[in-house]
Amino acid sequence: MSDPVLLTGHGLGAVRGERILFRDVSIDAAPGELILLRGVNGSGKTTLLRQLAGLSEPQAGEVERAGLHHWIGHTNGLKAHETPRSHLKHWAQIWGSDADLPAILSDMGMTRPADVPCRMLSAGQKRRTALSRLKVQDRKLWLLDEPFNALDTDGQAHLAEMIETHRAAGGAVIAALHGTAPVSATQEVVL
Amino acid sequence: MLSYLANPLRFMRFSRLAVPISFGLGAVLIGWSLYNGLLVVPPDERQGGDLMRAMFTHVPSAWLCMGLYAALAGASFVWYIWRHELADVAARAIAPIGAGYTALCFITGSIWGQKGWGAGWHNLILGDSRLMSVLVLFFLFLGYIALRAALETRQKAARAAAILAMVGIVNVPIIKVSVDMWQTTTIHQPSSVLSIGAPEPRADDEGMNPIYLQQLLWGFAGHSLFAAAMILMLMRSEVYTQQADRHLALKLEGS
Amino acid sequence: MSPSPLLSAFRSSLSEAWASGAGVLLPLGFFAGTAALVPFTLGSEAELLSRVGPGILWLALALSSMVTLERVFQADLQDGALDLWLQDAGSISLIAAIKTLTHWLVSGFPLVLLTPLIGFMLGVPPEKMVPAMLGYAMGGLVFFLWGGVAAALSASVARAGLLIALIALPLYVPALIFGVQMVDAGMASPSFLFLCACTLFALGVAPAAMGAALRLAAE
Repeated sequence: MSDPVLLTGHGLGAVRGERILFRDVSIDAAPGELILLRGVNGSGKTTLLRQLAGLSEPQAGEVERAGLHHWIGHTNGLKAHETPRSHLKHWAQIWGSDADLPAILSDMGMTRPADVPCRMLSAGQKRRTALSRLKVQDRKLWLLDEPFNALDTDGQAHLAEMIETHRAAGGAVIAALHGTAPVSATQEVVL
Repeated sequence: MLSYLANPLRFMRFSRLAVPISFGLGAVLIGWSLYNGLLVVPPDERQGGDLMRAMFTHVPSAWLCMGLYAALAGASFVWYIWRHELADVAARAIAPIGAGYTALCFITGSIWGQKGWGAGWHNLILGDSRLMSVLVLFFLFLGYIALRAALETRQKAARAAAILAMVGIVNVPIIKVSVDMWQTTTIHQPSSVLSIGAPEPRADDEGMNPIYLQQLLWGFAGHSLFAAAMILMLMRSEVYTQQADRHLALKLEGS
Repeated sequence: MSPSPLLSAFRSSLSEAWASGAGVLLPLGFFAGTAALVPFTLGSEAELLSRVGPGILWLALALSSMVTLERVFQADLQDGALDLWLQDAGSISLIAAIKTLTHWLVSGFPLVLLTPLIGFMLGVPPEKMVPAMLGYAMGGLVFFLWGGVAAALSASVARAGLLIALIALPLYVPALIFGVQMVDAGMASPSFLFLCACTLFALGVAPAAMGAALRLAAE
């Protein structure tokens, strides 16, 4: 197979309480794709994304991923006492990656606050730190929940560029978005 | 039969008949054993005189509350592995009934213990190993109910509670052994109905009077049926609640 | 799973426990303070103190496990770190075990270190000191493991402290009983073996339960 699919979700459904959020949603992510999950508040974008990431168990259907993926949730996964540098170092160790962390930090514009504890950082700086994880290890599939949130114009442009580079290198991105974003999707899933 | 009833529709049809029948039969049997136990059989002076009549509620509920916790864990296991909705409905319904029976067992046991099993016993309730086991079991039920109540969605509550019930049941034998080792002094006689593995009988122990045993068995059968009826009733109300919620959800979507 | 993720999980949860609880001073102060209160509540008769003192320290140990565990998994859930742990499937039970062990090390183990001092204060006979230390170490481990299960189950509950206590307390009973007995009866007693068995059992079962509970909490 020349074009291995990175993720297939088939017949997915979710129920909250007794309410059906969505049903029979199917998604295939091939290399180079950018799939946007769209929908109003409470329509289940995050739930679907979490099912795709294997964080939630689908109440119907099944998900198959070809390999490891990166997850950026709407929470950043940062501890108050961590600094951006120690955070990246921590996950680089866990993932067994020997990425050049200072280069990643400077690329994300985080060199200056790199050694400041996260409790003193702004929301945008925390978001940038979380997004830096995408560069710590090369993983084909990115699952991003509202990735443009809290970023300034500069940061948004940089993230859009990262996504383009990733797609050009044969990666795929699935993102939940509610607003406009400086990226154009190959596929949209409306819930 | 269980897999036949696993279908909610069949369950509702079955339970509609089963509830009144087992309620009635249970009440009659309990009444019969209480009538005989309280008024007919002679009091045993060796076991506390008239106070020993608490036995006819105490012993059946003691048997039952252990069984109910096992049933709770069993239903949780079935739900966890096969995700059978009705198993969770059952587990949810068993918990308050089980808590009630452990409380009943503890209370009647304390009443019975007031004077029973020989003189000079002061620290009755908190000094008795079997009653303490029942008390711990009561807290296991209570924790289960509290956890269910604290989690927001039904699916989450079901899963968390199932994990807790399974953790609980593997711990029950250990708790039992440890509490038995903590107080070797028990006001209970060595198990006299089923004497498998019991220590050698005491010199003055002539075994249980068959009149008592008969009433105990009637009482146990009655309480089992009665508990089953209450559990089925709670299950029915839970099924109805879920249907109502589903209607509500459909209405929300329609608006 | 190679040891390096576990090692960095240990390191990070150690610094987390350290940062959130003023380091090791807080639990040391807690145990010493509890011990200091004992004579006030029960009077200073030497014989009474030496008899009930170790038992009261068992209660202090149980309480400290429940109080400190409340935030362990809840914080991870709220800041999204739990999601990151979960994305590399299969390791969450081990991670949860490491996190509870770290918290035991920071909040439970100090009691073991303080035992000679407190024991001296309460007049515990010297020959009971070593069994007491061992008992606190193993019993504390069991407390933190079962407490960890309760904490993981109630990770998504807002004020979970009392709930954790209610869930965990019945599970503490065996270790408590065997631990207290072992201090009295010494290490050649069956109680010691039973306590060892309890510890091994908790080490075997609790991590799996914590893993399942954390997967659920993340949903």
